[in-house]
Amino acid sequence: MSQPGANCPNCGASIAFRWPGSVQTVCTFCKSVLIRTGIDLEKVGKVADLPPSASPVQIGTEGSFAGRSFVVIGRIVYEYDEGNWNEWHLMMNDGADGWLSDAQMEYCVTFPAKPEKLPRECRPGQQYTWQGQTYTVSAITKAHYYGVEGELPFQTWDRSDVVFIDLMSHSGKFATIDYSEDPPLLYLGEAVEFDDLKLKNLRSFEGWS
Amino acid sequence: MSPNDPATPPPPQVKALNCPSCGAALTLRSFGNAVSLVCSSCHSVLDARDPNLKVLQKFKAAENEDPPLIPLGSRGSLRGTDYEVIGFQRRTIEVEGIHYSWHEYILFNPAKGFRYLTEYDGHWNVFSVLRSLPEDDSGGSTVTYLGETYRHFQTADATTTFVLGEFPWRVQVGETVSVSDYVSSPRVISKEGTGKEVTWSMGEYITGKDLWISFNLTDEPPVPVGVYENQPSPLSASVKSIWTLAGIFFISLFLLLIFFLVTARSEPVFEQTYSFDAASHDEPSFVTGTIALQGHTSDVEVTTTASLSNSWIYVNYALINQDTGRAYDFGREVSYYFGQDSDGAWTEGSNTDKVTIPSVPPGNYYLRIEPESDRNLGVISYTVSIKRDVPQLVFFGIGLLALLIPAIFITWRAMNFEHLRWSESDYGTPPDDGSLIGTIENVAGNFKSSDKGDDE
Repeated sequence: MSQPGANCPNCGASIAFRWPGSVQTVCTFCKSVLIRTGIDLEKVGKVADLPPSASPVQIGTEGSFAGRSFVVIGRIVYEYDEGNWNEWHLMMNDGADGWLSDAQMEYCVTFPAKPEKLPRECRPGQQYTWQGQTYTVSAITKAHYYGVEGELPFQTWDRSDVVFIDLMSHSGKFATIDYSEDPPLLYLGEAVEFDDLKLKNLRSFEGWS
Repeated sequence: MSPNDPATPPPPQVKALNCPSCGAALTLRSFGNAVSLVCSSCHSVLDARDPNLKVLQKFKAAENEDPPLIPLGSRGSLRGTDYEVIGFQRRTIEVEGIHYSWHEYILFNPAKGFRYLTEYDGHWNVFSVLRSLPEDDSGGSTVTYLGETYRHFQTADATTTFVLGEFPWRVQVGETVSVSDYVSSPRVISKEGTGKEVTWSMGEYITGKDLWISFNLTDEPPVPVGVYENQPSPLSASVKSIWTLAGIFFISLFLLLIFFLVTARSEPVFEQTYSFDAASHDEPSFVTGTIALQGHTSDVEVTTTASLSNSWIYVNYALINQDTGRAYDFGREVSYYFGQDSDGAWTEGSNTDKVTIPSVPPGNYYLRIEPESDRNLGVISYTVSIKRDVPQLVFFGIGLLALLIPAIFITWRAMNFEHLRWSESDYGTPPDDGSLIGTIENVAGNFKSSDKGDDE
């Protein structure tokens, strides 16, 4: 699946993209943020080391969702008032991409959805119906980019704050509106149990088997 | 990836830290998940995300020190997953001026996340956060989750009054949040918060004994007091099954009764009218001719009818088998009185008496009859008739009672349990939820209220 490699313009380390749609990655050696422009890589910044993570997931973790296997290729850490959470960028075995969010080990898998008429603003409890499913606004979160690693489908280096609206359903379906772009992005998916993801290549935790 | 690959961070370790306020050693057990950390020595609430562990709050705990029954750091297995106790808080509500407190234990597993263990008066529940929204129905009196209906039990403002250990949220002593409980034993759904931050979670009842085994604790769990809101009734299952069983037996009994009614011959085998002169000095006893009792061994019904008017007759009978000499002795009194007093007309007794002799084998019998009465009553005419193989409704009645008494007893005990459960709710009485017990409750309640109406 790996694309022919290029080299980090900063340190020369070889950089491989696993997913053709990735536009940004982070050099694992020198932490340079690299943007793919055609066949070249452009260094646009540098990230600090990620804070110690609490997530059992890591880049390279494999799993499956609804009969499709995936591998984790990237990650965004968002921070907000009450802590932080991870959005793990997934490459599905059919070439699509998706996200596995891990908010204090509450897991959700979502996929970019076709653009819908999205609210400019809303309040908790308001209901929206997309693709035949009714969702209720459960949380409005002002967050900021806390850290990135690996391959991402968009550029994050020039972003700081972002507003998310989370919506829940009566049946485990889950939706997120990401206001970092205009028009905002809609992601649809569902809440999942850890065991159902059948994750492999997880991190180990000292004192836990 | 090799361990030397720079992309692989070292495995997370339990962090050892010191309290910035008093210097006591602190432990962070949930790796990067802790948001708040409470020093167990000086009770400073610290910002676990701040590298310097900024003190956010200090609370006085000297007079309300509340050690957790399951110590921080204990590990136990719940449904096959190991969890470690990492935090502990007491929450207090006030109802009619009285404070009620429960304890919450924060449980952690690095992959499965957080669970919450609550304890009130020795009753325990394991809670997890819901991934779907329950549906609010009937204006808040019930919620539906995954097709199951949960009844509103109580809404109260819960204030955090004691904290210890670490929390995956910003904990604050004195913080108050509205908590509503909806029950469907053995589960309960809790709704916390209002407006922007509403969290739904589901708890399932677990006994202290089971928990103590899970967490390998050597002391004894507290003895549960009273009935808790979602405590499973030991009787609710029995109520349904005993009524089902009673129903099955009732149908069998009924079929048996039909069978006996249809097959019983009720055959008249003898009828004779005699007159008895009580004033006579002659020997009153005499015997009848042969009475043939046919068929299988079955009962014999002897009816004594006398035309009486404020008088009585007593008849000594002996039904004697001609062949074996076996005798069935019995005496019957027939008396009938009537009159008038201040309350009006009255009667006592009747002109007819019936007696059943069970299990009489077939054969040729005769009856020895010896009437008695008051000398002054003169001539009394009476008729003796005998029927063979008469169905006995009384056995059906006894069978019915034998079925109903235990069923009613268990239902009554189950109702008591529900009464105790709901007496602690915002309503005080069990809801009419369409269940068997609920329906009986409701009917009983209607009777009670109509009684009241009569008194007033």
